[in-house]
Amino acid sequence: MINSILSTLIFLPVILSLPVLFFRKENYKIIKFYSLTISLLVFAFAIFLFTKFQPESGEYQFVERVLWIKSTNTFFYLGVDGFSMLLVLLTALIIPVCILASWNSIKIKIKEYFFLMLLLEGALFGVFLSLDTILFYVFWEFILIPMYFMIGIWGSENRIYATLKFFLYTMFGSVLLLIGIIWVGFLASPIPGLFTSDLIEISRISSTLPLDKQVYLIIIFTLGFLIKVPLFPFHTWLPDAHVQAPTAGSVILAALLLKMGTYGLIRFSMGMFPIGFIELTPYIAVLAVIGIVYGALLSIVQTDMKKLVAYSSVSHMGFIVLGTFALTVEAMQGAIIQMINHGLSTGSLFLIVGMLYERRHTKEIVQYGGIKKVMPVFSAIFLIVSLSSIGLPGLNGFIGEFLILIGSFNSQNLGSHWYTIISTTAVILSAVYLLWLFQRVMLGPVEKEENKSLKDISKIELASILPLLLFIVWIGVQPNTFLKVSENSVKKVLTNFENAKKSYEQKQIERDQLKELEKNQQSTQPIQE
Amino acid sequence: MEFALKFLPLAILIIPLVSFLIIIFFGKRLPRQGDWLGTGFLFLNLFLSLYVFIAFMSLGNYSITYDWFSLGANETKFTVGFVVDQLSAVMLIVVNLISALVHLFSVKYMEGDSKYSKYFAYLGLFTFSMLGIVITNNLLLMYVFWELVGLSSYLLIGFWYEKKPPQEAAKKAFIVNRIGDFGFLIGIMIVFYFIGNFAFSEIFSGISSGKIPSGWLTAAGILLFCGAIGKSAQFPLHTWLPDAMEGPTPVSALIHAATMVAAGVYLTARIFIMLSADALTFVAFIGAITAFIAATIALTQNDIKKILAYSTVSQLGYMIMAIGVGAYSYGVFHLVTHAFFKACMFLGAGSVIYGMHHIQNISEMGGLRKKMPITFVTFLISTLAISGIPFTSGFLSKDSILASTMAFGSINGGITIIIPIIAFLVAGMTAFYMFRLVIKTFLGEPRNKEKYDHCHESPLQMTLPLMILSGLSIFFFYSFNPFGAEGGWFINVLKSPESLLVGTKGAIYHIVSREEFHEALHHAHYPAMILSLVLAGLGILISFVFYFWNKVDTEKLKKALNPLYKFSLNKWYFDELYHYTAVSFVMGLSALASLFDKYVIDGIVNGAAYLTVKLSDFGGLFDKYVVDGLVNFTGGTVWVFGMILRKFQTGRVQTYIGFLVFSIVLLYFIFRWI
Repeated sequence: MINSILSTLIFLPVILSLPVLFFRKENYKIIKFYSLTISLLVFAFAIFLFTKFQPESGEYQFVERVLWIKSTNTFFYLGVDGFSMLLVLLTALIIPVCILASWNSIKIKIKEYFFLMLLLEGALFGVFLSLDTILFYVFWEFILIPMYFMIGIWGSENRIYATLKFFLYTMFGSVLLLIGIIWVGFLASPIPGLFTSDLIEISRISSTLPLDKQVYLIIIFTLGFLIKVPLFPFHTWLPDAHVQAPTAGSVILAALLLKMGTYGLIRFSMGMFPIGFIELTPYIAVLAVIGIVYGALLSIVQTDMKKLVAYSSVSHMGFIVLGTFALTVEAMQGAIIQMINHGLSTGSLFLIVGMLYERRHTKEIVQYGGIKKVMPVFSAIFLIVSLSSIGLPGLNGFIGEFLILIGSFNSQNLGSHWYTIISTTAVILSAVYLLWLFQRVMLGPVEKEENKSLKDISKIELASILPLLLFIVWIGVQPNTFLKVSENSVKKVLTNFENAKKSYEQKQIERDQLKELEKNQQSTQPIQE
Repeated sequence: MEFALKFLPLAILIIPLVSFLIIIFFGKRLPRQGDWLGTGFLFLNLFLSLYVFIAFMSLGNYSITYDWFSLGANETKFTVGFVVDQLSAVMLIVVNLISALVHLFSVKYMEGDSKYSKYFAYLGLFTFSMLGIVITNNLLLMYVFWELVGLSSYLLIGFWYEKKPPQEAAKKAFIVNRIGDFGFLIGIMIVFYFIGNFAFSEIFSGISSGKIPSGWLTAAGILLFCGAIGKSAQFPLHTWLPDAMEGPTPVSALIHAATMVAAGVYLTARIFIMLSADALTFVAFIGAITAFIAATIALTQNDIKKILAYSTVSQLGYMIMAIGVGAYSYGVFHLVTHAFFKACMFLGAGSVIYGMHHIQNISEMGGLRKKMPITFVTFLISTLAISGIPFTSGFLSKDSILASTMAFGSINGGITIIIPIIAFLVAGMTAFYMFRLVIKTFLGEPRNKEKYDHCHESPLQMTLPLMILSGLSIFFFYSFNPFGAEGGWFINVLKSPESLLVGTKGAIYHIVSREEFHEALHHAHYPAMILSLVLAGLGILISFVFYFWNKVDTEKLKKALNPLYKFSLNKWYFDELYHYTAVSFVMGLSALASLFDKYVIDGIVNGAAYLTVKLSDFGGLFDKYVVDGLVNFTGGTVWVFGMILRKFQTGRVQTYIGFLVFSIVLLYFIFRWI
């Protein structure tokens, strides 16, 4: 099994999701317990994988490579390094949490819902584990389908508009991605004229492509990822999708789907086109900084809790992008840990909002107030989660934010301290919008009659959020457990980057010499004649 | 003894955390809701820290460092570590002593509160975080605990969250502090950028080997000091502290008078040796301005806690100013003496409020000395101390600061003369407003007869802390010479370290050496003492003339000086100013961004979608009437989009997958052809 451990991880939830379709519709209890069991089994399997994983090596591990489509030279090619390992673990954690969060809130088409959830899990693993561009693209696209239905069927009133917008917008990015994959597959093939989709082969050659080609390609690739992240100004699909999605949909969207964008940014944009990446840095960094401040400002004025959290996501994801483009170990490690943190904190915030929504069927802040009095345990959890998102030391958010800040302050690639200094204002703004949210929802006297008899957090709800809280504290207090996992991979990515830059320069010299030679030949020819 | 320094600091740090965890999770199930546990642990802590102090006196500095997490790259290690030195050894005692006494006081004061156990849990959390600030040996960990005290302050200010003012005050405190932390954080980044480490010892040795260029060093110093501006409520971020009085009164005594707000002073003292001359001058001016503004506001307030709050702000300004002028020892000395007498005053105010059944307005009090003799006497001793009357601790520390400002002015000349002038003015004002408070509260005739009749002295749990704290306001605890701290054991322990930058050029004023400063100080000592005594006496005298003998009609005076009176009563309109500038700016910008998002960015997205639909309609017509089968080759991206859009309106995903395969094949051929 150790030889095909990664494909087992991908297909385990997919294959085991099929029996869900054969359960009787009325047996929704069995469906739920079955899905939960499967997701926990997958989680256990992911932990097993983690125990076998060797963080000392920055290389891809458990590599599988089987020819898949002969005519396009495409392999079923999987591998995991420290970076994707963390995202795999996050996925395996979030899915059972989402199943618990949907326990009582999903009332129609239960069978289909849980089926799609497990299917989604397999596809997410696929995205984070693929080392073949076409394979990656297939998983990447496949995810849209369950997500489309999840918002479209189980969403709120305005779900059709939101789901369409979500679908088309991200689809637009995907088409660009596909164009990029095919183009680079021809350009960076080891055998000229033969298409290849081997990510590692491509990365080796694509990094030496001439500057203009790299820039075109990286723009095509990166745009697709940035829409997914989403970076300002490509973010407007996000609040709509979040507001309409069911709780679990929002959690998956925030915790996992957005990470696909930042994952792609590091694995593809950065790994394939180092020179293009450097060229692109000032533009993306400006957008990231705008996004950080802009998202925070917009969060302040939202009246809908979910929208508030959605815009805070825009701000937090901006930090991750900034950290990625800083190209220092600190910032890169910060960006990776922040991906996990954002999944935990924002995921929890959406769970929190979902719990309130379950009780009152409104997400409007003004409908609440004084909830702390009636739901004390819930209130404590809400506060901890908010503080984690604010970046309070001792909780996870601080570690990521701080590493990104010091790493980007030191960054040569960014070239200016101002990016970091302006981003640091988010430290103030995040406190403003989250504490204000907490105050308006939880503090004060209970004014609304409907709120007086709300029940405190239930056992299932507690079970769904406690695992996240555990990691929120764990990362905050002992980040080394997680930083160590990705450390060597990050170092490897950065050395690869440096090497690629060097081989580009080497190649560029060769190219210049060649040009010179051609020129000389051209200029000497007339004389000979 | 070695053992005491190696393990006890860690134990002292952990004990309150344990108390917090036990009480927050099991407090309701413990007998008496766990108040004895929190209080007992703190007294244990007090004894441990006394022992640590003794060990420190015989063994000297001790520092220990552990790894927290590392990043490997250039072996960047993030460490946590503790240091026992003159500063932390003294502060351990101060924090634990006041915290223990406040715990004791709270047992009665908070009796019957519905969140009694939670209150003690939060006190534990606060003490833990505060002790962390005190004993850490690195900047990163300092920031960590810095934020954690901010959190516990948030929780305790907003303790009575059902009411509006406490929640507002709690949020304001947290956010205003974060504004200061913004600078603090950037300061940390600058230091890390040049030094690559957070440990104070590494930072200081890096600076003395010239790793930070002088301009950056000044910037780093001022930015780090921004953290202190927030936490120690210095101008211009001082507005949160008076509002924080919405918290329970013992909390005000512990957090918002004696310990947490002094953390800023503590930080400034920690980084004192790396502050450049320009940075120090900046620090001195901020302190002086704060001391002055707060003192003028305190003159006219009527809420007993508000007066004490402004007095705290003013005294914190004094300490900051002292460090700014180079009087490190005296700044820290004043921190310690102030911690005791101000905690005593706040607890005394708590005792009064408890006795008067939640009356806080001093115009409704009067004559309480008969009903509450212990509270009165202890309060009076503290007031004498803060006014700088001989034989009190306050006289020793304040007088030294005043002399230092004079020395500073005489060395630097020019505009810096303002600092001693302000310092002496504030000394006079302090004596005046504090005696105004004492006279209106305790002396004269009762103004609210009904409340007065029901008033009673507080029980021993409350008066004992008062007696201990006022006892500590007597001179001989610090120096056997009642007229000078110099030569006393305390100042000997708290010797001023020599700045790393003595004699460095490049700053506007270069830093003077310790010896040079002491020389100037020596000359300033007697004039300063005489002048300060005259001014304090004058302040007290005027206070008696106004409020005790009623020789001057204060109402008339108010009318005559109406604009000035209003200005002071309304706290220089700082809240209004911030509301109409900073707050409105952020809210306006947010609203504007929101409109921009909705109409411009999303408008473009929706517009593009609309256009695509129209194009695909056109494509459909074209398809139907013109080329039919050929269309499959002509569409391009836009056409693919239009088709997907249209198909998706019918909700069939199969078509989508079909297109996916189709486009892969299509693009495959296109690129092959290219």
